[in-house]
Amino acid sequence: MEATHAQDHGHGHPTGLMRWITTTNHKDIGTLYLWFAFIMLLAGGCLALLIRAELFQPGMQVVTPEFFNQLTTLHGLIMVFGAIMPAMVGFANWQVPMMIGAPDMAFPRMNNWSFWLLPVAAIMLVSSFFVPGGASAGGWTMYPPLFLQGGISNDMTIFAVHILGISSIMGAINIVTTILNMRAPGMTMMKMPLFVWTWLITAYLLIAVMPVLAGTVTMLLTDRHFGTNFFNAAGGGDPVMFQHIFWFFGHPEVYIMILPAFGIVSQVIPAFARKPLFGYASMVYATGSIAILSFIVWAHHMFTTGMPTSAQLFFMYATMLIAVPTGVKVFNWVATMWRGSMTFETPMLFAIGFVCLFTIGGFTGLVLAITPVDIQLQDTYYVVAHFHYVLVSGSLYAIFAGVYFWLPKWTGRMYDEKLGKLHFWLSTIFFNILFFPMHFLGLAGMPRRIPDYALQFADFNALATIGAFGFGLSQLILLVVVLKCIKSGAKAADHTWEGADSLEWTHLSSPPPYHSFVTPPVVK
Amino acid sequence: MADAQQQNSTVLKKLIIVTVLMFGFGFLLVPFYKKICEVTGISKDKIAVSNTQMDPARWVSIEFDANVGKNLPWKFEPLTAHLRVHPGEFKQVMYRVVNTTNRTMVGQAIPSYGPARAGSFFQKIECFCFTQQTLKPGEEKIMPVQFVVQNDLPKDVHTITLSYTFYEQVKADAS
Repeated sequence: MEATHAQDHGHGHPTGLMRWITTTNHKDIGTLYLWFAFIMLLAGGCLALLIRAELFQPGMQVVTPEFFNQLTTLHGLIMVFGAIMPAMVGFANWQVPMMIGAPDMAFPRMNNWSFWLLPVAAIMLVSSFFVPGGASAGGWTMYPPLFLQGGISNDMTIFAVHILGISSIMGAINIVTTILNMRAPGMTMMKMPLFVWTWLITAYLLIAVMPVLAGTVTMLLTDRHFGTNFFNAAGGGDPVMFQHIFWFFGHPEVYIMILPAFGIVSQVIPAFARKPLFGYASMVYATGSIAILSFIVWAHHMFTTGMPTSAQLFFMYATMLIAVPTGVKVFNWVATMWRGSMTFETPMLFAIGFVCLFTIGGFTGLVLAITPVDIQLQDTYYVVAHFHYVLVSGSLYAIFAGVYFWLPKWTGRMYDEKLGKLHFWLSTIFFNILFFPMHFLGLAGMPRRIPDYALQFADFNALATIGAFGFGLSQLILLVVVLKCIKSGAKAADHTWEGADSLEWTHLSSPPPYHSFVTPPVVK
Repeated sequence: MADAQQQNSTVLKKLIIVTVLMFGFGFLLVPFYKKICEVTGISKDKIAVSNTQMDPARWVSIEFDANVGKNLPWKFEPLTAHLRVHPGEFKQVMYRVVNTTNRTMVGQAIPSYGPARAGSFFQKIECFCFTQQTLKPGEEKIMPVQFVVQNDLPKDVHTITLSYTFYEQVKADAS
C-alpha cells in the first residue's frame, strides 16, 4: 500500500520507453509479461517450424543433425520458461490485484525486477545459437553426461535458467504476499475467484521447486568447471541422480504451467454458461491435491532407468491417483455448462476446446503412467503428442481464452469476434492435424529428437508438418486481433460479459483506471 | 498502512527462508539419494560380482621359478615362490628383476611349463614376458603376472611349475 501511495503523487509518471522500464504498476508489468510471452511464443514457434520442416520428408533436407538437436532443446526451453510461464505470470499481475480488490502487488519494485530479468535470460538463451559449437543440444532436460560435455552454450543455458528461476521465485513471493495480505475487506479465502486460488497454489509450488532446479543446475555447473563429481560416473557420481533431482522440480513444474490454466478456464466457463462455478470448494481442494501429489510422482519420467519394481509400482499408482482430482475438475466444468444459458464467444470456444483436448492429453498421460506401457513408449512421439495436448491445447488454449476474455477489460475496447472465432477454428483444426498423427507415430515406434526416420513414418510426418505450418501461421491472427482491438476496437462495456461476477467486472471501468482500488471495495 | 507493510515484509521474510531451505534441500537430495540406494540395496557399490567360473572344490599348486640366460648377469626372482589356487580363480604374482651391470640392457623373458601340457590351460592375462624389458645400470623392476588356470585342466595335474628365463635381447637390426 505504501508503494502505491508513493505513486499517487507521481501522476506525471515517465512516458515512452522509460515508462515501461521503470514501471512498478501491476497493469503495465502484466502487459510487459504478456507481450514478452507472445514474442517468445513466436520465437519458439519458429524453431518448431524448422523442426517440422526437416521432418516433412525422410532423409536430411533442411538442417544438419547437430542443429536439429539444438532446435529441439531451445524450443523446449523457450516455450516452457519463455512463453507459458511468463504468460501465466502476466495474467497474475493483471488479474490478481483487481480480483481481490488490492491497489497493486505487494512489492511493486520487486515486480519490476522480476520482469526485467526475463529479457536478459531470453537474450542469453537465444544468442547461444551463435557461440562456437552452437546452442545446447542435449534436450531441454539437460541430462548429464551429455550436458557435462559440450561448449559454452551449456554454461549460458545454466546461467539463463538461474536468472529465470530468480525471476519466477520473486514473482511467486509477490503473488503469495499479495493474495494473503492484500485482499479487500470481506474477501475471505473461500470467496476468492478460482483463478486467484490456482495462482496461490502455483506460487507455492514455484517457491518449493524453482530453488531445487537452481540447485541441480548449479551442480551441473560445478561438475563442468569446478571439479565436483555429482553426476560424473568416472568420479563416483551418478547421472541417474540428476534425473531424480531434475524431475523433483520437473513434475511440479508441469502443474505450475497447468494450474493457472485451470484457473482461467474456471473463470471463463461460468461467465459464458451464466451459472456459478459448479463445486467451487471441490475445485479448491482438487487444486491443492494435485499440487501435493505432484511431489511424489516424479520418477514416472524415468521408468527405464532401472528402478526396483516396488518403486515403479509406487510411482505408477501415485501418478494414476492424480487423475482423480483432475477428473473432479473436468466434471465440474462440464457440470457448470450443464443446462447453462451458453453462448459461444471466442473465450468460451477456447475454454471448451481446452476441456476437450486437455482431457485427451490427460488420458494419454494415464496410458503413459502404466509402467510396462511407458517402457515401450518412452522417448517416442506418443510422449510428444501427450505433452503437446496438455501444454498447447491445455495451457496455451487457456492463455488464449484468458486473453480474449480480459482483452475488453484491459483495453476498454472489443476485439473482432469474427477474427477471434477464425483464430480458434483454424488453431483447433491445424492443432489436431499437427499432433494427433504423432500418437500413431509413437505407437509405431518413431523415436523423438531424431532428425531422420524410417520410410513407413513418412505420411504421418508430412501431415503433421502441414498442421504445424497451419497452426503456426494461425497464431498471427491473434496478433492482428490484439493490434486491431487496441487501435480501433469498439468501446467495450464496463461489465463486458454479463455472466462474469468477479470484482474487475463489477467494480471497475473498462479500461480500469491506472491505479484501481486505491480505496478497497467492500465485498458482500 | 505501515501495519500492512509490516505484514508484507513478514511474509516476504518467511518465503525467502523457504526458498533458501528448498535450495539447500536440492543439495540434500544427493546424500538422501545415496542413502536410499544403500538401504534398498540398489547401490552399485553393493553389487558383488561372484565368479561363476571358479571351481572351489579343486586345488592346484603353482610353483614359480626364475632363471637368467648365461649372457645376462641380471638378478631375477619371484616374490612369491608358491601358491595354491582354484581353477578359474584370478591371481596376480610379482617378479623382481635387477640389472647388476653398469650398462643399459634389454631382456626378454620366455615362459615354460611343467608339465608342458599344462601350458595350454595356463591363461596369462598380463605378463612382463609379453614385452621386452629395458633396464638401466643398477635399475630394479617389480613386474606382474596375472593369470587364470582354466577349468578344463586335466584332472591328473595337481602341480604346475611356471618357469621364466630371461635372455638378453640382441639389438634388433633396425637399420
